[in-house]
Formats: sequence, C-alpha cells, structure tokens
Amino acid sequence: MSDHPLLALIIVIAPLSLVALGGASAIYAPLQHQAVDVYQWVSGREYLELFAIARVTPGPGSMLTTILGWRVAGLPGALVATLALYIPSSALCFVIARTWNRYRGSRWHAAIENGLRPIGAGLMIAGGVMILRVEESGPLAWAMALAACALLTWRPLLHPMILIGGGAVVFMALRAVIG
Amino acid sequence: MKKPAPTVPLLAIYKLFFGVGVFSFGGGLTAWFHREVVLVRGWMTDDEFFSGYSLAQVLPGVNSTNMAVYIGQHVRGAAGSAVALAGLLSGPFFIVIAAAIAYNRLVELPGFTAAMSGIATVAVGMIFRLGMASAKDSVRHLPSLLVLAASFVAIGIMQWPLLPVLLVLAPLSIAAAWLRGPPPVRKDKHE
Repeated sequence: MSDHPLLALIIVIAPLSLVALGGASAIYAPLQHQAVDVYQWVSGREYLELFAIARVTPGPGSMLTTILGWRVAGLPGALVATLALYIPSSALCFVIARTWNRYRGSRWHAAIENGLRPIGAGLMIAGGVMILRVEESGPLAWAMALAACALLTWRPLLHPMILIGGGAVVFMALRAVIG
Repeated sequence: MKKPAPTVPLLAIYKLFFGVGVFSFGGGLTAWFHREVVLVRGWMTDDEFFSGYSLAQVLPGVNSTNMAVYIGQHVRGAAGSAVALAGLLSGPFFIVIAAAIAYNRLVELPGFTAAMSGIATVAVGMIFRLGMASAKDSVRHLPSLLVLAASFVAIGIMQWPLLPVLLVLAPLSIAAAWLRGPPPVRKDKHE
C-alpha cells in the first residue's frame, strides 16, 4: 500500500491494464476489491454508482477508473488513473500491431489471422449477448437489438446517432406507456 | 510492404476518434470505428479491420482502445496510435467527470434510465451486425464455423473465463488455418 494517493492509483490500476483480458469487464471485480476493501477510497454503494455513471456516458465503459481517480485526488487523480489504465495495454498493443503488420503476407501470419478471426467473431457476438443479459428490459431489449441489427443490414451506412436516438425514444415511450 | 495510400493527416485521425468517443453512448465503439474507417473513409479493408479486431480482443486491455491503437498504427504509425488514443479518450474524460458531478440530478430526470437502456440495446444491435460481417468468411469452412460456435457458447452462454477458452481454442483454430493454407485470392471487398 502507498500513502501517496497518485502513486497508489498507479499501483492499483496499472497492473489491471495488463490483466484486463477480454476488455473492461475483467477489471471491475479486482478494482472494486482494491478501491473498496483495501484502500477504502469509496464505499461499495459508491463504486456501483461509478459503474453506472461510466455506463451512461460515451466512450469506453472502463472510464469508471477516471471518476475513481477524480474522487481520490481531483483532476490530477483523474488524469493519472486514466493514463495508468490505458498506457500499459496500449503500448503492448502498439508493439504487437506493428510487428503484426510487418509480417503481413507470410504463411504463419495468415494462419494466425485466419485462426483468430472466428474466435474474434464469436467473442463479439457473445459480448452483445452478455450485455443483453444484464439489461432489465428482457425480451424488449432483444427485440430492439435485433431490429437495430436488421436495420444496419439493410442500410449499412445508417448513422449510429439515428439508431441511438431511436432506441432512446422508443424505450422512453414504452416506459411511459407500460410504467 | 503495404500498398501506397495517401497520407492521412493526424488531425483527421484525432477528429474521427474524438467524435466516436464523444457520441458513442451505450458502447458499440468498434462498430462505429468500422463504419468510419472502413465504410466511410476506406482507410483499411474489411480483412485488415477484422484481423486487428481479433488481435484487440486477444491482447489485454480494453477492446476499443486497443482497436484505436491498431487503426492509428495502420494509418500513421506511432504518431497515429498516440493521436487515435488521445482523441478517443479526451472527450469522455471530461464528460465522465461532469456526469459524476451531476449524477444525482441526471437519474432524477424523467425517462433518463429508460433512454440509456434503449441506447445500450441499440449498441448491442450494432455489435451483432459487425459480428455477422466478421463471421461471414468463417462460415465457409467447417473448422472455422465450429471454432466460432465454440467461442460464442463458451463465453456468451457458459460464461467461462476468457483465458482458458483462448488457450484451448486459439491453438486449435490456428493449426486448422495453417493446414488449410493461405486463401487462394485475397479479395479486398467492401460490403
């Protein structure tokens, strides 16, 4: 443990950057343990609130670390927490991406690329299903997601803002009617 | 090593990622990237994009930031990666802090939670569509199709941890792709 808040943020968050396999969902539980139990920066209820805030704002959902840093040490804390989460994994990704593109065209590159491709597709669809599972709206959420998917199949260049606005309006209207 | 392409200005990269960062309510950032980078601007092909997406998922870190780094690297090297990442995060950085300050007021707004819920489900629809586009090539080969189904069931239905699933499926799938050999003709097609 470190007494200096900025240093403590780095010590807690930077390792999570490199173990966040499968994206942001992998960091929520270990971060909660550190922030709530070990360092007691926030209460359990406040942590859930940070999660909810990050979810309703644009950008990566993992930006809950940014608000956590803000709660701990103001603007410097927010900046340090953000960089600690994204710099290590991004540096690794950059090195691998550069190597990756350099060997494009070789047989092993093609094998890895073609081998990982179906896994990537499977994980992508699985990720969508997992979000729908935690949505409280049930069948309605599924219907809406499939409708948006169908609409994009028909009109691939349809602007996401139109879809998102439509989704918000439909759910607000239904909530108002159903209650 | 790559076909010569007109140099993309760093400012254009920043603007693109800043825009996606600020407007991508509800998630689905990768679907936004695909639309802007492949369909609208033609900075990379479908194959290059999905190849990067597989990497972004297998590597540690958040998929969307990994993808930004990959796209930036592809288009403009190290500077492109840094600018893409900064563009993606700089907007949400301030928005998320502002939302944390205003949170108690926001949730009291009538319809706010319903709207957010609707937005999230639409974002899932965008993810599904992109998953379909990415799966299109895989369904032509039985081994790929089996791997696709296995990874979906393991993570999406069984909810097993990712690492062991990857450790089993990735070597099998790569070996199958190696035996199949390189694809006969590389077709850079857009849908």
